[in-house]
Amino acid sequence: MAEKNKNLSRREFLKTSGIAAGTLVGGGLIGGLVGYNAKSTDTKPAEPSGGGGKDDFRINRGLMFFQNPAEFKVLAHATERIFPEDDLGPGAMGLGVPYFIDNQLAGNYGSNSREYMQGPFYKGEPTQGYQTPLTRAELFRTGIAVMQEEANKRFDKDFTEIEDEQKDEILTDLQKDKITMKGTDSSFFFKLLRSATLEGAYADPIYNGNVDMAAWKMKDFPGHQMSYINEIEDEDFKKIDPKSISSMQH
Amino acid sequence: MAKTMDKVDVVTVGVGWTGGIVAAECAKAGLKVRGLERGKDRGTKDFTMIHDEYRYAVRYDLMQDLSKETITFRNTRKQRALPMRQLGSFLLGEGLGGAGTHWNGMVFRFFPYDFEIKTMTDKRYGKDKLSSDYLLRDWGITYDELEPYYDKFEKTVGVSGEDKNPFAGKRSSDYPTPPMKKSPLLKKFEKTSTDLGYHPYMIPSANLSEQYENPDGSTINACQYCGFCERFGCEYGAKSSPEVTVLPTAKKTGNYDVVFDANVVEILKQGDKVTGVKYVDTQTSEEFVQPADIVVLTSYVMNNAKLLMVSEIGEQYDPDTGKGSLGRNYCYQLGPGATGYYDEQMNTFMGAGALGMLFDDLNADNFDHSDLDFIHGSMLMLTQTGKRPIETNPVPSDVPTWGAEFKKASIQNYTRTLSVGGQAASMPHKENYLSLDSTYKDKYGVPLLSLTYNFTDQDRNLHKYLTQKAVEVSEKMGAKKTEAAAPIEDYDIVPYQSTHNTGGTIMGADPETSVVNNYLQHWDMDNLFVVGAGNFSHNSGRNPTGTVGALAYRCADGILQYHKKGGSLV
Ligand SMILES: Cc1cc2nc3c(=O)[nH]c(=O)nc-3n(C[C@H](O)[C@H](O)[C@H](O)COP(=O)(O)OP(=O)(O)OC[C@H]3O[C@@H](n4cnc5c(N)ncnc54)[C@H](O)[C@@H]3O)c2cc1C
Ligand code: SF4
Repeated sequence: MAEKNKNLSRREFLKTSGIAAGTLVGGGLIGGLVGYNAKSTDTKPAEPSGGGGKDDFRINRGLMFFQNPAEFKVLAHATERIFPEDDLGPGAMGLGVPYFIDNQLAGNYGSNSREYMQGPFYKGEPTQGYQTPLTRAELFRTGIAVMQEEANKRFDKDFTEIEDEQKDEILTDLQKDKITMKGTDSSFFFKLLRSATLEGAYADPIYNGNVDMAAWKMKDFPGHQMSYINEIEDEDFKKIDPKSISSMQH
Repeated sequence: MAKTMDKVDVVTVGVGWTGGIVAAECAKAGLKVRGLERGKDRGTKDFTMIHDEYRYAVRYDLMQDLSKETITFRNTRKQRALPMRQLGSFLLGEGLGGAGTHWNGMVFRFFPYDFEIKTMTDKRYGKDKLSSDYLLRDWGITYDELEPYYDKFEKTVGVSGEDKNPFAGKRSSDYPTPPMKKSPLLKKFEKTSTDLGYHPYMIPSANLSEQYENPDGSTINACQYCGFCERFGCEYGAKSSPEVTVLPTAKKTGNYDVVFDANVVEILKQGDKVTGVKYVDTQTSEEFVQPADIVVLTSYVMNNAKLLMVSEIGEQYDPDTGKGSLGRNYCYQLGPGATGYYDEQMNTFMGAGALGMLFDDLNADNFDHSDLDFIHGSMLMLTQTGKRPIETNPVPSDVPTWGAEFKKASIQNYTRTLSVGGQAASMPHKENYLSLDSTYKDKYGVPLLSLTYNFTDQDRNLHKYLTQKAVEVSEKMGAKKTEAAAPIEDYDIVPYQSTHNTGGTIMGADPETSVVNNYLQHWDMDNLFVVGAGNFSHNSGRNPTGTVGALAYRCADGILQYHKKGGSLV
């Protein structure tokens, strides 16, 4: 039984266990079926990251939001400083984070379509949160322009060309509200940039970041697994090959 | 012109736990019940691709669409209230099952002390333990009166638990199913807290330890410890929710239906009776009138209060005069705690929404407060709910929040940190209340509800004390480094804290200071019932839904009595 069910697809699993059909299942049966990792071929490997290095970083995966590759590159370099490549593995660029952010800006996230955006707008207390008429799409474009301007002004170069320490200086000043931005505090933009970078690194690869699930591998997070009922009481740490949500679609 | 629907016996506004329970009980008794829900239909079949942290936990896919409606917020009356433009501090439900779809499933009863807190505090510590700015009061119902309803809710849910808490109120029967599996992390907490003289026990859970058929004939499956529970629906039908319990019960009677995309904007009234509600179809913008003999507000703390306010039912609370009951006693919770950093890797990504252990030795009035500058307390617990990689990036406070050092430390600590945390009771204060906003409106032109709230000294003192206790537990558990939760200052609506909002439509024995009586029947309108955590006079040091469920059964009982004999039930 165990051997036979090893490669059970998710749909087969649901069918066999009766869960999809809404019939009754005992914990024992589910436990018996799902203690196995389905073959990792379940998940199609994502496309190669382009090496993760800064210079050969490819921008031809398809931009849905940005029209100007220079803007996109500034974004890419900023995210890489927030989550840099190191001996543990790729950084934001190698993980495809800039594509993740681009794609998100083109959708609900960028247009704040699930947020209350009616006026009037007043600057509030920090405890009152987001109070700008700018959408996230607008905030990102303004923020990117500001990073570029600061690089030009301070170092007479493009943001993508300055040293890492110089990029960090600009990012730190954004974080500390030492840079003026139209319509918002720069610290608010920085917060957004930081959280979007982490979201892109660690979200499921279906969103075009976390290429090859490399961020999950660094963190030893197994992604989507159907069940841990057989491991939850074990004393030892489980290193499990991660699986993407895309393996749940069949 | 609004279109008028056929009259029903009972209409509920919103279909979460409270709406579901009221519907099931009334439909079983033969009443025609209709639920009006502004969200969509949904259920287990929609959750087969639910293990997606980004979509559900970060972008809040199952929760309230704030573009249509939110609340406004300010810390004090001196500030201008501004809209909560994004979800954050608390996560409001929307759609069939409400927040009961994406809750964790920790099912607690409050302590006997909670219901008689005023009397018991005065008796033990004298009349001025708290200043008169705190609106402490008894609830108009005792634990013993509520016990049968607690019992009923737990049996409906199939709660998995162990009766080992020496501080708990009396139970008329055992938990319906045994406790969940005890992982090594919980055992570590159990051993330490026992060594420290505390009394740990397993969190009573609606993630079921085994398959269970409830008294209404609904089956709930066994939990798989998948780690995607809190903020997600359960793909296995293993987490008790309205969709897998009370709603099927109501539907199979043939006496119940739900209208979706129905946003209720007003309670209609004539003389001292309500006649039904008005709602807007959120897709067509058409207006409808739903006449009903009995109207039940089951649309959560915020919307229940708002509907009463916009429909001008009851007297608005005024913090200057202390008069008026509607909107008063809004409370929240505090999160004392400590994070421990360890060397060894642990399976922190596994877990279940309600998997954990806790002790109540420092909760309620279970310890002596004579020399302390606060009352009540908090549970202290260790939970294993399944840590998610986007939202879990623990780094010690001396590590930057981005860059190379951050990356290394956050990756290292993801599987090497454990938190001992609490849910501390916040006490009602005269400056904390709900009212109507005078500037901002929802998509249907109705004023937004406004929240005026800040932590008070009582809250800060309690938080500090419990945090110190959490540090002690964490250190004793063997963490190589422990960091205490930062002291609380002003309440901040941005970071997630807890969806345990309470008050605003409180219950009581006195119509002057409460909105509903102890059957959750409105004092001014006999055929209007209001049920939810809004009925709580103060918050407790544990999760609310056990008590919310019990009150919903109490309310259903009241509705059935009212349907027979009419009039005020008390
Ligand atoms: C992430 C999370 C975890 C939680 N974990 C726990 C836990 O472990 N233990 C615990 O005890 N509690 C927990 N809770 C709290 C718990 O979910 C709530 O206490 C409970 O679900 C409240 O039930 P309710 O019926 O009062 O309201 P809800 O479940 O909020 O239902 C209200 C319904 O009314 C609808 N509605 C609102 N306004 C209108 C309107 N104008 N017209 C029509 N419909 C309307 C909404 O769409 C919603 O469906 C958690 C909550 C969250 C968000
Ligand atoms: S942890 Fe258990 S109850 Fe929660 S979603 Fe997973 S299987 Fe369902």
